[in-house]
Amino acid sequence: MDFRSSIPAAPVLSLYRRLLKESRSFPPYNYRTYALRRVRDAFRENRSVEDPKALEQLLNKACDSLAIIQRQVSIRKMYETQQTVVEPEPKNL
Amino acid sequence: SDLSHQQGIFVHTTATHWIFSLFLSILFMFGCHCFQEQCCLFLPLQDPRVLDTMLPYQVNYYGNPHSRTHAYGWESEAAMEKARKQVADLIGADPREIVFTSGATESNNMSIKGVARFYKAKKKHVITTQIEHKCVLDSCRVLESEGFEVTYLPVKSNGLIDLQQLDETIRPDTSLVSVMTVNNEIGVKQPIKEIGHICRSKNLFFHTDAAQAIGKIPINVSDLKVDLMSISGHKIYGPKGVGALYVRRRPRVRIEPLQSGGGQERGLRSGTVPTPLAVGLGAACELAQQEMEYDHARVSVLANRLVQKIMSEVPDVVMNGDPEQRYPGCINLSFAYVEGESLLMALKDVALSSGSACTSASLEPSYVLRAIGADEDLAHSSIRFGIGRFTTEEEVDYTAEKCIQQVRRLREMSPLWEMVQEGVDLKSIKWTQH
Repeated sequence: MDFRSSIPAAPVLSLYRRLLKESRSFPPYNYRTYALRRVRDAFRENRSVEDPKALEQLLNKACDSLAIIQRQVSIRKMYETQQTVVEPEPKNL
Repeated sequence: SDLSHQQGIFVHTTATHWIFSLFLSILFMFGCHCFQEQCCLFLPLQDPRVLDTMLPYQVNYYGNPHSRTHAYGWESEAAMEKARKQVADLIGADPREIVFTSGATESNNMSIKGVARFYKAKKKHVITTQIEHKCVLDSCRVLESEGFEVTYLPVKSNGLIDLQQLDETIRPDTSLVSVMTVNNEIGVKQPIKEIGHICRSKNLFFHTDAAQAIGKIPINVSDLKVDLMSISGHKIYGPKGVGALYVRRRPRVRIEPLQSGGGQERGLRSGTVPTPLAVGLGAACELAQQEMEYDHARVSVLANRLVQKIMSEVPDVVMNGDPEQRYPGCINLSFAYVEGESLLMALKDVALSSGSACTSASLEPSYVLRAIGADEDLAHSSIRFGIGRFTTEEEVDYTAEKCIQQVRRLREMSPLWEMVQEGVDLKSIKWTQH
């Protein structure tokens, strides 16, 4: 990631890691895969953005997305999720 | 020796335990497989971001958006108007031109019956196509019973209508032309811009059912010269039970409302607007606009992958519908010499359909495939694959492999396939009657 602007790399990377970590805990297969994929692609797409205003906007959006993912993960955990056929079988009950 | 005896027993017990628990876990694993319903692939999902915007209105903000006198009403109204703007922005319309309905079926009914009945004094003719959605065709049937004349335009073998034929079918007493933007069974994209141009030049109204096209391909109602457009919530990863109708203001389109009541939604559709659902629809539209390019690129890649995989491994597969003028996420393949329902049953852990949800209750071959001139037996053995935002590569690969496997298996069992392999022309066979 290229950060020649005023925003340091560390918070961005930590946000990225947190987003991925939360996405991994989505019980439904399709949401989990989508969230991981979308987060990675979004960060990859914007990696050379330099304008600090634009960066700040993107980071705010990322923070909001993190909050959304956290809420939605909690909700999905409250209700039963069905496994899909392409998921590896559950190792333990 | 005492100890060793004990140890021996201990070992023996642990061994039994080990075997027993292994047995149990295997049983559980298989039991798990049988009893835990594994979810089908390709299930059209609601985007979690949409649910996130809807929940506050299910949990907290209960106000009726039409109540003008208190804060609860105002905040619901504000949310509803924001949603209206989000829907309008997706199609390049003004928010005042958007009416919330219970779904695309209601929007279609409102447009077709509403326009025809309003102008019935002078105009008695309506034009539509043979591959429209069931609700459009059924609405037209109702109009026919009321004394209107309806022309159901045929389509070419690639699923597109003939513009010349449309031009010639239009009469001075035609009030409405209804052609869907993207077909839900074969995925073809009609030449909406050209149709809009023809209708505008002949001074009649143009309605399009854009349920499958919204949020997937760019749509601008002014560009396309569309006067009425039906929008569906659950087709763009929003909630079920809500949709919208775009009704042009300039030049004004008049509709006789289907639902009478308190005059909500400009009098066109009375009834309390379901705030949480409307908010969900708005959020889905906004998301669709943001993600359109990304989703389209991905869906195209996945669709190509699916089709290439299947067609390279299995001969005698036909893709229904024009290969160029289509939305890539809706693929309809016909497998010759394979019975469609058997193939569907064999692929039961993938959520496919041999027609559409609306026609899946009947065993009749799809009227859309009949309209494009598909052979009777090919029409029976067709499968529709829908690829969307949440489809993964693994799902596509799994589906392709399963499909290839099952088609081969079913063909092996088929006497027709045997005959074809031997070079017999099936159409020349005279089947005897007993």
